[in-house]
Amino acid sequence: MNDISQGLLAALRLIVTFDAELWEISLRSLQVSLTAVIIASAVAMPFGAFLAVQRFKYRRLIISIMNALMGLPPVVVGLIFYILLSRSGPFGVFGLLFTPWAMIIVQIVIITPIIASISHQAMRELWAEYHDLLISLNTSKWQRIKTLIWDGRRNLLTAGLAGFGRAIGEVGAIMIVGGNIEHATRVLTTAIALETGKGDFALALGLGFVLIGLALFVNISIHWLSRTERERRW
Amino acid sequence: MIRTLISATFLCAASMTQADTLKLAVTTSFENSGLADVLLPAIEADLGIDLQLLVVGTGQALRLGAGGDVDAILVHSRASEEVFVADGFGTHRSEIMYNDFVLIGPKSDKAQIGATSGAAESLQRIADAQATYVSRGDDSGTHKAELKVWQIAEREPATFGSWYNAVGAGMGTALNTASALNAYILSDRASWLNFKNKGDLALLFSGDPVLFNQYAYLPVNPAKHPTVQYEMAMQLEEWLLSDKSAASINNYRINGETLFVFNGQQ
Amino acid sequence: MFPLCLSNVSVARRGKSVLGPVDLVIDQGGPTMVIGPNGSGKTTLLRVMHGIERISEGTAAWAKPDHANHAYVFQSPVVLRRTVAENLSYPLYLIKYAKPEINTAVEYWIERIGLGKVANRSATRLSGGERQKLAIARALIRDPKVLFLDEPCSNLDGQSTREIETLLLETAAAGTRIIMATHDMAQARRLAADVVFMKSGRIAETGLAPDVFDAPKTSELKAFFKGDILE
Repeated sequence: MNDISQGLLAALRLIVTFDAELWEISLRSLQVSLTAVIIASAVAMPFGAFLAVQRFKYRRLIISIMNALMGLPPVVVGLIFYILLSRSGPFGVFGLLFTPWAMIIVQIVIITPIIASISHQAMRELWAEYHDLLISLNTSKWQRIKTLIWDGRRNLLTAGLAGFGRAIGEVGAIMIVGGNIEHATRVLTTAIALETGKGDFALALGLGFVLIGLALFVNISIHWLSRTERERRW
Repeated sequence: MIRTLISATFLCAASMTQADTLKLAVTTSFENSGLADVLLPAIEADLGIDLQLLVVGTGQALRLGAGGDVDAILVHSRASEEVFVADGFGTHRSEIMYNDFVLIGPKSDKAQIGATSGAAESLQRIADAQATYVSRGDDSGTHKAELKVWQIAEREPATFGSWYNAVGAGMGTALNTASALNAYILSDRASWLNFKNKGDLALLFSGDPVLFNQYAYLPVNPAKHPTVQYEMAMQLEEWLLSDKSAASINNYRINGETLFVFNGQQ
Repeated sequence: MFPLCLSNVSVARRGKSVLGPVDLVIDQGGPTMVIGPNGSGKTTLLRVMHGIERISEGTAAWAKPDHANHAYVFQSPVVLRRTVAENLSYPLYLIKYAKPEINTAVEYWIERIGLGKVANRSATRLSGGERQKLAIARALIRDPKVLFLDEPCSNLDGQSTREIETLLLETAAAGTRIIMATHDMAQARRLAADVVFMKSGRIAETGLAPDVFDAPKTSELKAFFKGDILE
């Protein structure tokens, strides 16, 4: 218990003193995870809507695979991409290993199935509601997908936030492909792992509280943004 | 609004990738010692290079070098280093400094390892008492040093019972485990001194020359991996062997204790 | 585009016949009321005519197919999760009308159905009657030549029913062909020019409204008017 209160104190001290390193790694955490969420959403959300709208032969199989991939172990993803991105691996020429882009790539791989699955769920419900009308209005496939995405945008936001939550709290994969390099690839989670390793539980816990606070802040501000949008329009 | 957010994010992400940097794989024990915090700013000031440290175990550091993913490595496991150079992954091996390993254990020291003639005898006593023991078990330099002492002690870890815990983790995690189990453990002195979660543990034995821990610097061979920054790696080696480096290393202290002894061939 | 000819049309779902075989010709005129007990196939017949139901056998063909000139109002109105105004503009937006045209049409219809005050509110918050009026206006906004309605006034109060019936009569007078399913006989009498009576997935009797209502020919229709329970 004492450790936890010391952790809270450490978090407060870091925040109040505008600790430069804390700012740096918090910002990097945000940059990496938000970039990953935006790229993953751009792929996963239309894909989820497409799966809701389009019937085809292997649809069920693809949905099952997508749901199974939600449980993809990050460490394994990290290891695979470590091998792929290594200088001696097939994508070594790009020199991405131990850069923030490597971390973004593994996060995209980890969260795309989550965002796609939750999006598909939401889009399927909305499609059941809209199906008759959109068929009657003779809409094209693309118009249907656009309508579902636009009208289901609040549910899609939840899908995006779920992906963001997973991404910003992830440590196994980004530790392997990012390397936890100070001033280059160190983010909140890898810093927590490092401080835990040094036995400095108070600092590790302090960083942990900052991480939780950051995740809460992003969630609340996005909900607040979507609420003001709703109030302005409705 | 969303569009600006997206482009801003991409800009930030793009600026995160930098080109002219030197990547150096170092061992956990080196990083945990805090010496890096002294050397790094001096190196950056003198050489103007952005030195990025990858903190890993010796085993992984050697793999990173062999894969060409770092430009040089700073590790402490002589036999593996010599293989690394012999296989052509490193151009050469130059010794920089040494520190030492220490035996840590519960203050009560039920195995009585404090008053022995050497490290091997201390480990024998732990084995005979079947006192709880934590081993790194991660193929790191520290782990290899530990295995060497067990060999001298004529004990085979593979035959040990449940009192012997190979955690397969870095020094910090292993120390945390030892602290939680109130167990004996072999640690490098620096990690131990900087460790903040000592609990009921204390330094019980040190000073046997068998526990000396030689650090060496190995630049990755550009013939194997043309992308490595060999020139920069050589500049760094020159700096590490300089008088300034020697002074920084010899003068580095934690709680008044000297941690490293410079022994580079200038 | 008229006439629409259904010949020998059957619809089966999971091997169970829900409609037919049915023969029917729909030409200009109307409004046509499709009546009959629950489960007699009224909805399926409308969907076949609208072209959104898979036909198992037979053919349903317009003389000149033109789906863009059909509109359909579903029994439980589908309301887009958008504002009232955006619900109305949606069908026009789909066929890429210019913004000023869309705005003019939306303003006209929103006033006509009396929802001007809630134009920018979410349509999901409307009452049942308002939703149904919105759905009808949204169906009419493309100025269709044919309008199908599936029991648009079920579960509505008298006031809403009256407003919708007035709207439909005005629409019919303006030249839109109305084909509507209803189980409310009083409403059928008020609106119908001709009647299609369905029972057990088949068309049991058709005719002009006065003939059908005053002198039903089949025993099934007589029993239906009498209020007997039809199996």
